[in-house]
Amino acid sequence: MAGTVDVQRLGFDPMEMLSEWDYGATSRLPDGRRLREYWITAADQEIEVAPGVVFNAWTYNGRAPGPSLRCIEGEMIQVHFTNGASHAHTIHFHGFHGPDMDGIPGVGRGVIEPGDSFTYEFEARPYGCHLYHCHAIPLKRHIAKGLYGVFVIDPDPARHGGPQRELAARRNHREPACQAINEMVMVMNSFDTDFDGENEVYAANTVAFYYMQYPIPVRRDQVQRLYLVNMTEFDPVNSIHTHGFFFNYYDHGTTLEPTLRMVDTVMQCQGQRGILEFSFADAGLPPGRYMFHAHQSEFAELGWMGFFEVI
Amino acid sequence: MSGSGAAWELTGFRHPLWMAAALPIILLGALLGALAWFGPLGVLNRGAPPVEQLSIERIEIRADPPRFVMTVVNAGTEPVIVAQVLVDDAYWEHSVVPERRLPYLGRATVTIPYPWVEGERHEVKLLTSTGTVMAGEIPVAVESPQFDGRWFAALTMVGMYVGVIPVAIGLLWYPFLRTLDRRWVHVALAFTAGLLVFLAADALAESVEMAVALPPAYHGIGLILAAVVITLVVLQLVAGNGQRAAGDDAAGRRALAAFVALSIGLHNLGEGMAVGAAYGIGEVALGASLVAGFAIHNVTEGLGIAGPVAHDRVGFPFLAGVGLLAGVPTIVGAWIGGLAYAPVIAILFLSVGAGAALQVVYQIAAIVRRRSIRELAQPSTIIGFAAGVAAMYATALFVGA
Repeated sequence: MAGTVDVQRLGFDPMEMLSEWDYGATSRLPDGRRLREYWITAADQEIEVAPGVVFNAWTYNGRAPGPSLRCIEGEMIQVHFTNGASHAHTIHFHGFHGPDMDGIPGVGRGVIEPGDSFTYEFEARPYGCHLYHCHAIPLKRHIAKGLYGVFVIDPDPARHGGPQRELAARRNHREPACQAINEMVMVMNSFDTDFDGENEVYAANTVAFYYMQYPIPVRRDQVQRLYLVNMTEFDPVNSIHTHGFFFNYYDHGTTLEPTLRMVDTVMQCQGQRGILEFSFADAGLPPGRYMFHAHQSEFAELGWMGFFEVI
Repeated sequence: MSGSGAAWELTGFRHPLWMAAALPIILLGALLGALAWFGPLGVLNRGAPPVEQLSIERIEIRADPPRFVMTVVNAGTEPVIVAQVLVDDAYWEHSVVPERRLPYLGRATVTIPYPWVEGERHEVKLLTSTGTVMAGEIPVAVESPQFDGRWFAALTMVGMYVGVIPVAIGLLWYPFLRTLDRRWVHVALAFTAGLLVFLAADALAESVEMAVALPPAYHGIGLILAAVVITLVVLQLVAGNGQRAAGDDAAGRRALAAFVALSIGLHNLGEGMAVGAAYGIGEVALGASLVAGFAIHNVTEGLGIAGPVAHDRVGFPFLAGVGLLAGVPTIVGAWIGGLAYAPVIAILFLSVGAGAALQVVYQIAAIVRRRSIRELAQPSTIIGFAAGVAAMYATALFVGA
């Protein structure tokens, strides 16, 4: 790899993307429930996926991956979608919703034509680490072009009793127990720059080797939480492997107890996701550079590789 | 329409002839000027992204430190920017000289430090700024030869083995040919013609194969056609004006032998380039068998040169002269091929050789016909011709690749 990507020209910064959440706008509904509204616009956009390599992407809100939407279980969600791109698109959310709100061609409103708008509406459940993506056909191309993002539903402590309540609070962004944790978001993605059905670039958060060139600073004494979503196209499986430390893993994030304990490698199929939790201090580890990457060596060497700078 | 002399009539005006000749050129200049000034006009201006045509011309494999040195050419009309380099599907450090942006037919050298593995396959991909991939294969990684005295000597030896020595050995049939009855001379001539037809066909096939692999901007097929036709015409004019090459006397036959040697020499120049290039890109294993094959094949060429003078008394200096004329270009070709192989130049020489061979075949046919129209159609002539083709084909089998 030669050179670096200019984030000014890119329009978004993978380092900021790690901890950037879109909480939307909240208000009270007549029945007392909270309404949370998001505004998402699709566009055609050139992005630099590796130094000097420009990809003609399709984006939500000017970034690929799109904004990381965050809400709390039980809230009413409205996503006001405007298609400012040149092709018909949709937003298909992973989570509970009726068929009319599924964001697929031919059901409900179906695809949203260029210039049109539509509001997706549903209740936020189940809690977990989810995602959204365009479901217009051809599906492969619409996903590979960059139309996807993270959709996290925090558990509501009020809905969980006993010891579960405290665990739910650790995951709820409004609770101090959660705010004490360093939360990060990574979307494992890939780009087929010559459109031959094979990826030239793999990355976490779009830019090849970005966290290699700019290691992610983390505090040794802070608990780390990583929301990890696999939106790799063409390859059925992607993975993360951590060097020198192990983590607890919550598949789909739909449980408050880990589904895997003390592992250093997990794989995710396309669309699979989960939450990683780890602490360098608890493991008695010294500061320094800790590598992480896909354990598909090919993906790693094509850009999906990075460092935590533990301080 | 009855205009004759120094004027050309159009709507009543009379123009000097030079103006009539220059007008289309002036208008063409105006059109090009308008295109350069205003860019593509109207319907042409679709704003579509250009199809990039980056061509990898050469990959050298070096040691100390291990690295690949690639020569790339932009064969498309739009500039191309080399953004990244992948080796075996991994991004790799590299440098591009003189710069990453290549204009039309611009060249750059890409140096990639890489711990290549001897005897194994590697693949290098160039990723352009638009995400287009251009791949180059290293089928078997072996260190490319250094351009030193030893390498130069090796290429010279290759040229000697492939060209000079086999042709000389073939010419040693001359004393045997001289013992043949006079009636058999036209058979020897027919044999030479058959040999040359085979060489021409072989050269054209090889040229077409290389031309198809060339970037379209080079117009390889057009190059072959132009080279063949121009060679034919030029040689015909030279031979015709001299009135010697076409004549059936001792001097004419010697000139014919020299023409045969020249056309074979041009052919061997192209062939030497191919062999030198095979050495140059490190296909050494191929080199040894290729050299042996060419040696067997080219012995026949010596026989072909001796054919026209089979019944004349020619001295050793003449035989040595024509032998060197046919053989030595192989050495020059090997140098060019080994040092700086360029398919375009190889195509050019092979095509010129093919054109020359075909012109000589025409000369031979003219001579045989002038002797006796019946001789041209005699079974012995036809068999001689077929034997020439067959001998070339049979020995070509030794060349293998």
